[in-house]
Amino acid sequence: MSFSISLAVNGVARNVELDDPRVTLLDLLRERLDLPGTKKGCDRGQCGACTILVDGRRINACLALAVSHDGAAITTIEGLAHGDELHPVQAAFIAHDGFQCGFCTPGQIMSAVGLIGEGQAGDDPERIREGMSGNLCRCAAYAGITEAVLEAQRRLAAPEREKAA
Amino acid sequence: MKNFEYVRPATIPEAIAAAAQPGAAYLAAGTNLLDLMKGGVARPERLVDVTHLPELDRIERLPGGALRIGALVRNADLAHDRAFAAAYPAVAEALLSGASAQLRNAATVAGNLLQKTRCGYFYDIASACNRREPGAGCDAREGENRQHAVLGWSEACIATHPSDFCVPLVALDAVVEIEGRAGRREVPVEALHRLPGDAPAHENTLEPGDLIVALRLPAEAARFAAHARYLKVRERTSYAFAVVSAAAAIDIAGNTVRAARLALGGVAAKPWRARQAEALLVGVTPDAATFRAVAEAALAEARPSGDNAFKIELARRLVVRALTLAAAGTPARLPALPASPFASQPGALPHA
Repeated sequence: MSFSISLAVNGVARNVELDDPRVTLLDLLRERLDLPGTKKGCDRGQCGACTILVDGRRINACLALAVSHDGAAITTIEGLAHGDELHPVQAAFIAHDGFQCGFCTPGQIMSAVGLIGEGQAGDDPERIREGMSGNLCRCAAYAGITEAVLEAQRRLAAPEREKAA
Repeated sequence: MKNFEYVRPATIPEAIAAAAQPGAAYLAAGTNLLDLMKGGVARPERLVDVTHLPELDRIERLPGGALRIGALVRNADLAHDRAFAAAYPAVAEALLSGASAQLRNAATVAGNLLQKTRCGYFYDIASACNRREPGAGCDAREGENRQHAVLGWSEACIATHPSDFCVPLVALDAVVEIEGRAGRREVPVEALHRLPGDAPAHENTLEPGDLIVALRLPAEAARFAAHARYLKVRERTSYAFAVVSAAAAIDIAGNTVRAARLALGGVAAKPWRARQAEALLVGVTPDAATFRAVAEAALAEARPSGDNAFKIELARRLVVRALTLAAAGTPARLPALPASPFASQPGALPHA
């Protein structure tokens, strides 16, 4: 049995024919849509390497069936930069050494984008660490990751503060 | 993962008819079910996807003040709903202490209630497990069982229910609305999950096809809003299931307790309401000695199921701390580490 689903992936409309209902969003992105930036770590919802935004919310792509997400808007790490201009979270990860081997980094960055969008952590390092606890880093670059998210949060929140003032 | 038939019903009656067939399971976010299916622990022949059903994602205040929460409301959305968090802060704290931000963004209210135990032998299909395969035996009885149950367990099963959310829900007399083949009925969350007895695979009181459509928190439970906490001991700071948890809620007038609620998590196959212990608080002035007596009463029937006697005293101490912090007052803003029993700064009071 085949299923036809429509997705907006990084702003591009994609119609996908699924010949198997078991395909997760993670496998769909990596193996069928040529978007391997989203990483497969544990594939069981424990490591956060596969974090993507679905309708603006960060989720684990490994625990989401593609067929159930008909109509969703998806953002992956490939969709963050504008040409050569990095997203502020990407730039902050580089500036603060927020990675070593880099395998968890796409998930870390997507999670940070989601966290900042949620607006619950602000610039409190303890709340940022708690909000990022679903993303594991085996190189333990956590100190740099927290600094990177803090800086990106301040940069992204700054225009709003100016507007308020 | 075993293959399955995928069904996407348009209405609740269609969903119930499709899910009442043997081998069928409901799919919501799938954050627990897909994990179980990948491990071969759950092997449904048909998945009935309820995520596209209309009107199950609303939070509404009913006449009389109760809050009705649609079964598909996401855990994070509920925790951050202002009216909900103001009326039932311990439930919001429990929600935000569970899983990770990614999982809370996906996981649904009803899915949280119906999540499976995290017993390692249930998850390991090479191990004997009466809950997964009736009659197979229980490898946890003589295995790694320091995390297992100390209340309500049986020789057949010593697993615990892992939900944080459910613990304050049973304390506050929350109710689930269920649609099934015989129509609509209501069940208190406290009566939803079953203790294992000699049939641990029979985990709850749902019948084939039954669909939880909503969760209801009574208006009366908002009386505890000023003095309510959920505390959870974990083996790491964040993103871990409870070793032991406690929800405490007190209604204090002057220096006297008018009503109190207490429930424990991580100790049994269901969220554990401690009614006899609660009764000791009514009409008294809350102090450390009273809280210790309440904790003794709450764990009076506890006994280790293996290498886990420590959980009994840990639970007593957590009850004392939860009651102490509840009496001190619900914080204006949730702590950075929701439900943590530990202070974030050396020497500071633990999130008092």
